[in-house]
Amino acid sequence: MERKHYKQEINMTEALIARINELISHYPEGKQKSALLPVLHEVQDAHNNWLSIELQDKVAEILQIKPIEVYEVVTFYTMFNQKPIGKYMFEFCQTSCCCLNGAENIMDYTSEKLGIKMGETTPDGMFTIAGVECLGACGYAPMMQLGDFYKEKLTEEKIDQIIADCRDDKIILHDK
Amino acid sequence: MSQKILLDKINIPGIKTYEVYRQNGGYASVEKALKTLTPDEVTEEVKKSGLRGRGGAGFPAGMKWSFIDKKSGRPRHLVCNADESEPGTFKDRFLMEYIPHLLIEGMITSSYALGANLSYIYIRGEYMWVFKILERAIAEAKAAGWLGKNILGSGYDLELHVHCGAGAYICGEETALIESLEGKRGNPRIKPPFPAVSGLWANPTVVNNVETIATVPWIVNNSGDDYAKIGIGRSTGTKLISASGHIKNPGVYEIELGLSVDEFMNSDEYLGGMSSSRPLKAFVPGGSSVPILPAELIFKTANGEDRLMTYESLSDGGFATGSMLGSGGFIVYNDTACVVRNTWNFARFYHHESCGQCTPCREGTGWLEKILWRIENGQGREEDIELLWSIQSKIEGNTICPLGDAASWPVAAAIRHFRDEFEYHVRFPEKIKNRDHFVAEPFSQVKHLVGGKVIV
Repeated sequence: MERKHYKQEINMTEALIARINELISHYPEGKQKSALLPVLHEVQDAHNNWLSIELQDKVAEILQIKPIEVYEVVTFYTMFNQKPIGKYMFEFCQTSCCCLNGAENIMDYTSEKLGIKMGETTPDGMFTIAGVECLGACGYAPMMQLGDFYKEKLTEEKIDQIIADCRDDKIILHDK
Repeated sequence: MSQKILLDKINIPGIKTYEVYRQNGGYASVEKALKTLTPDEVTEEVKKSGLRGRGGAGFPAGMKWSFIDKKSGRPRHLVCNADESEPGTFKDRFLMEYIPHLLIEGMITSSYALGANLSYIYIRGEYMWVFKILERAIAEAKAAGWLGKNILGSGYDLELHVHCGAGAYICGEETALIESLEGKRGNPRIKPPFPAVSGLWANPTVVNNVETIATVPWIVNNSGDDYAKIGIGRSTGTKLISASGHIKNPGVYEIELGLSVDEFMNSDEYLGGMSSSRPLKAFVPGGSSVPILPAELIFKTANGEDRLMTYESLSDGGFATGSMLGSGGFIVYNDTACVVRNTWNFARFYHHESCGQCTPCREGTGWLEKILWRIENGQGREEDIELLWSIQSKIEGNTICPLGDAASWPVAAAIRHFRDEFEYHVRFPEKIKNRDHFVAEPFSQVKHLVGGKVIV
């Protein structure tokens, strides 16, 4: 299978490096590999929410581990994106408890409204929508994850509002 | 009102903050333990309390603690399992979000009992805002002198950190969680050795659920015997229940174990009954992996006794007529829900979450998902029902970790109790074309078209 190679500009700012070093300090000396998952989250957040091979290699270099040790983790955990995605990623919980209260209808509505299928990105690169497995919000269904936060008890009106807020740059994605 | 142990202070304004938490008696258990009790005395109280692991397995917490290897001389660790991902379960998130210092306090007191000087809270990556809440709470606790070197002049040192996962249900299994905490894929380890002997970085480690650890302060402040007075028999204390589905008041509730299922479901203090006039069809009491039960087995056991919210009563009758308390993920279905669709949905979940190490689970969960999908979409064959039964029986018990069992049980229970609904899907494909096929015509109205057949 041919793999498309996506390019990404790498920007390891001083603040990011400082945060990475702080995370590494949470583990005993020589166990810096333990910081891999938290570090990948930070690096991904600072790079438009995806991790290119080059960026993964950079993380391997910082943590002094082999690149394969990063690749095997990135490919295992669903929160790490291996190709560019929309600025705003709507991740709808599609597990049964949410479906009992209309998750599938809300997903259909969003899909129609944005003109894309689940798993796709709008041509302007603004939105990606996806169905994901249980997010631990079963009592507040239907719901989705957007950046570091949950949007719960969704209705069609709320979806309209969230989309409008994204377009108006009113949505905070990360709590830094 | 029943007794609250975990959520008794939840309505105090500002209880999220260190100051308010402290003013309301917070961190008293740390003072009591470090100043007046030995680590073994703390463990003894937890043993006496009868507290059972609240993550799902229900293993006695004090006994788990007593297995930790204190002779090897290696550093010991306490790891809190906050990787809450069992469909139907969202109680730990509630606790951590609204009263984070209770967990921090529990971590300190419990780490002291275990002789751990470096402990972690492993939280699922999706709960990123809760991760930040905990990071800040830990910083506050440290600034106030509850963490670090020589805490309260006792000579006891503890560092506590929060660590985040990145979207893998399997990391809720304790050895997978440890692998993940070491920066690896979440592949469960073969046991033995158990983590109590060789866990995080091969050091003796105890992994406990959030709710279990958050209960420890109350036990230390009062006593193990006092805790054991709450509840019934071997189901001591209180339990957080996450309630979802077709009910009036979904959310997180703290109940005394021993409350009847009927009262929990129907009283206004708890779920307030069904969300609409549609009748109750089924429920799952302990998260997606435990057996689903039909309406007639919910409020009464097969023996005609009242079904209670306890480990024993919910499993009364074994899997033939019972289920499990599990993680307390209480999911309620009315008659518009389709059991086949629900089972397919859960099968997809387990297929997606299988780590892929063991063939029966990696391959079997995929088979279950595909066959259930074709039945739900009108392409099922009569022999598919037997095939499903056969596959689930070949996964169960044949894998390194319990994910295989968790994937098998919901399928087995659905066929056991709702076989006629599967047959209906196979025999009347034109009637199930619509996703919401039971909304217009609930199964109870068409049930006469098929004859149920029992398989064991």
